[in-house]
Amino acid sequence: MAYQRVAIVGAGITKFVRRAQETGKELAAQASKMALESCGMTMDDIESVSLGTAPDAFDGVHMKGEYLSDGSGGWRKPYMRQFVGGGTGVFAPIHGWYHVASGMFDTCLVVCSEKMSSCHPHPQGAFKTIFDHTTEQPLNPTLIWIFALEMNRFMQTYGITKEEIALVSVKNKKNAMDHPAAQLPMEITVEDVMNSETLAWPVNRLDISPASDGAAAIVLASEHVAKRITDKPVWIDGVGWNLDTAYWATRDLYYPRYVEKAARMAYDMAGIKEPKREIEIAEPYDPFDYKELHHMEGLLLADRGEAVQMLLDGKTQRDGDRPMCPSGGALGVGNPISATGLMKIIEIFLQLRGEAGKRQVPGNPRCGLAQAWGDLMQVGTVVVMRR
Amino acid sequence: MRERVAIAGLGYTAFTSVSPGSSYRELTYEAAVKAYQEAGIEPKDVDSFVCTSEDMLEGYSISDEYCNDQLGAVLKPAQTIPGDFLHSLAVGVMHILTEKFDIVVVQALSKASNMKTIPDLLNFAFDPVLNRPLDVTAYAVAGLEMNRFLVEGRATREQCAAVVVKNKGNALRNPLAGYGAAITVDHVLDSEPVAEPVRMLDIAPYADGAVVMVLCSEKLAPSLTDKPVWINGIGWASDSPTIESRDWSDAVAVRLAGDMAYRMAGIACPSKEIDLAEVNDEISFKELQHLEALRLFEPGQAGKATEDGKTSLDGTLPVNVSGGGLGVGHLFECSGAQKVLELVLQLRGEAGSRQVPGAGVGLAQAWRGIPTTSAAVAILSA
Amino acid sequence: MELEKFELGATPLKDSAIKEGKVLTVAKKPNLKYAWDNGPAIGRYLAELKEGRIIARKCNKCRRIMIPPRMFCELCWRPTDEWVYVEDTGTVNTFSICYVNWDASRIKKGEKPHLPAVIEIDGASPGMGILHVLGEVEPEKIKIGMKVRAVWKKPEEREGSITDILYFKPVRG
Repeated sequence: MAYQRVAIVGAGITKFVRRAQETGKELAAQASKMALESCGMTMDDIESVSLGTAPDAFDGVHMKGEYLSDGSGGWRKPYMRQFVGGGTGVFAPIHGWYHVASGMFDTCLVVCSEKMSSCHPHPQGAFKTIFDHTTEQPLNPTLIWIFALEMNRFMQTYGITKEEIALVSVKNKKNAMDHPAAQLPMEITVEDVMNSETLAWPVNRLDISPASDGAAAIVLASEHVAKRITDKPVWIDGVGWNLDTAYWATRDLYYPRYVEKAARMAYDMAGIKEPKREIEIAEPYDPFDYKELHHMEGLLLADRGEAVQMLLDGKTQRDGDRPMCPSGGALGVGNPISATGLMKIIEIFLQLRGEAGKRQVPGNPRCGLAQAWGDLMQVGTVVVMRR
Repeated sequence: MRERVAIAGLGYTAFTSVSPGSSYRELTYEAAVKAYQEAGIEPKDVDSFVCTSEDMLEGYSISDEYCNDQLGAVLKPAQTIPGDFLHSLAVGVMHILTEKFDIVVVQALSKASNMKTIPDLLNFAFDPVLNRPLDVTAYAVAGLEMNRFLVEGRATREQCAAVVVKNKGNALRNPLAGYGAAITVDHVLDSEPVAEPVRMLDIAPYADGAVVMVLCSEKLAPSLTDKPVWINGIGWASDSPTIESRDWSDAVAVRLAGDMAYRMAGIACPSKEIDLAEVNDEISFKELQHLEALRLFEPGQAGKATEDGKTSLDGTLPVNVSGGGLGVGHLFECSGAQKVLELVLQLRGEAGSRQVPGAGVGLAQAWRGIPTTSAAVAILSA
Repeated sequence: MELEKFELGATPLKDSAIKEGKVLTVAKKPNLKYAWDNGPAIGRYLAELKEGRIIARKCNKCRRIMIPPRMFCELCWRPTDEWVYVEDTGTVNTFSICYVNWDASRIKKGEKPHLPAVIEIDGASPGMGILHVLGEVEPEKIKIGMKVRAVWKKPEEREGSITDILYFKPVRG
């Protein structure tokens, strides 16, 4: 019983909204139902269920995975939650991948659901307790600190300006105009980003993705099952994940080593030797605009300090040479943490199948990648997909 | 025939009511050093690390962040499972079965003594809209379930108390256990009522501790250990999380998880093929309910078997010879780890005065505790 | 499949729907309290802060002097070897000027912004920083690479916490 090749055969997503009427369970159920319908399957065909969801503090429920289990289709199934912070959404298909690749199951429903609006007064508050309880929390940190500290270090190291970075936000929010689930599609200018409220210099309001409610789901199947279900399977050919030390202030933040390690693991598995040439389309994680550039470098899709030039040259536009976040990304579609990562997987799935509608990139790409990031600037999760 | 996965290294701390000398980091480090030493490996040899934690038990919003330094897993593939250790063990097994990973480390930790509001914490796991406003203690759920179990005639109150007597007695032979005691059925029945029929001594007291295990592929096992313990089967399942629509007398998730593990291990008749079992006994009656769900006894028979000594150390099917949760302590997400640990020691013949003679095949079962309906089962052999 | 062909779930709610009671909600403030065991490394770190000193641990294999201190070297995978006092001065590795409080509320008019920074501590190995805040400095004058010194609470007010250092201020001259 050796390694089984694993395909994505179906996908579902809810709209990403600032505050949903539905509960986290209901959002999960909506996305799951759509994923099953998209490939003509029912829960009876599903052998295992994997859940991804970010901190329990958002929903205000201890053991959130247990609470969400029925909405996610886990009832009386082998059901398990995984959690790697903000990297959870792209880890979700990895978790599902080893369910199937191991030969233990032929199908796995992978669900990510996030209900951030339950947390009051603001979901940001839930992030205070991601910092070390003894050496950091007494300073009353906010999540934006770490992004601001990292962005500043990144800008300083390569002499990149805020205006240049703002172009990522402009691009992604515009891309999102064509995404039916999008929360913040906008046509804005660099000036709009620069003139938006300064939250924590160098981070302005429009540099940041919004907090959201939303869910996404995919169906994974082993090769022999996938071929019965669809004539357009998209294969998970490489997976990688990596966690750097929790002593984050002892690392140089200008470069995400953990993303590089995760990418190399995935490239190695997928047999990719020259990522810059072979990865035709990518969805790097973009909760903040500079992160897209930071991650492109970690993913070895740009040389160090060079991602910004690709952006300025228009190469990362949807019709460019190397489209980045054609979906609109977290900045444009919204950022219900775990669901965002899976939204990115779904975008690559649709793009490789030529089913991305108005968002479709030209050139019939065959190989793409999605990536997420999380924890204390610490974890990278990468999935390489081919049609 | 599927490749088998071996447990090639074992590391653990003692299980104690408090552990003020160590932070969570040092506790896991202690267990990890022992596990790696036993398998003769270093962190750089490890292909993947699987940690077990639940945010609100650790007091962090993203507890995953703090899982890797103490395992030497910096810049390595490391991930967290918010489940029981047995769920993480299942992940380790899946990793190795993909044949892309040869050595996987699995970890779990309990720092229960650091949680100062456990009743509120358990209450916080209820449905926020339907259940939580009723402001009942989470142990009431155990009371409801135990009452139904008794009323359906599945066991007597005394038989449930006999589980406590047995497990706390077994713990006296376990140097790692913190809650061993020689008590009687009357002690249990006369203890303080918590949520009738559940009484204070029916409930596993909390404990701290850490467990780390090194797993490896079958082909690598001979180079890491000369006493491998094999994971022949593993299964997990969840029933309805909703209080209002669950089965109140049967542990459905345990039955499903057990059946999955038996199938994988090729076990057709569990009661004949399992030599010893470490099952979840967070509340006394759960041991009986779980034994029946696992098909180790017919429905309604586990209580009598306990009274008759069949599940005692020298019985036909010794259950929780380690002392179980009642004798060792409730370790939250590390609970399943303590059970696997006991099986590994027994199957290697290293269990000292509580050694079960001729132990060849063992079963470990975890339940995620009140108010959940999630369970996992592993079948191990020497 | 194309997303456009599906009716996507999730019904957006306006804040007003909740404020005006059109949608009912249940609120609960959790009572979750913890008392974390510090262990020997962070325990000593806090005890030394109370005395107005910063202490680190050294690994004799990789020779790193590590702050915050730890009893094991996470890179060499061995116990660390000795305690080393380090300076209460350092270099700003990166910083931010933050107008938002921890719960995303905005600072009040007239309040000074928070000035978080990663400060590489002198005497520890290069790159060994801690998170803290800056003070006695105009935000626009902060620079990466700037030398700073700890400003301590009065001895009688210290309690063995990272906040026994009030902030780091620029070293003049």
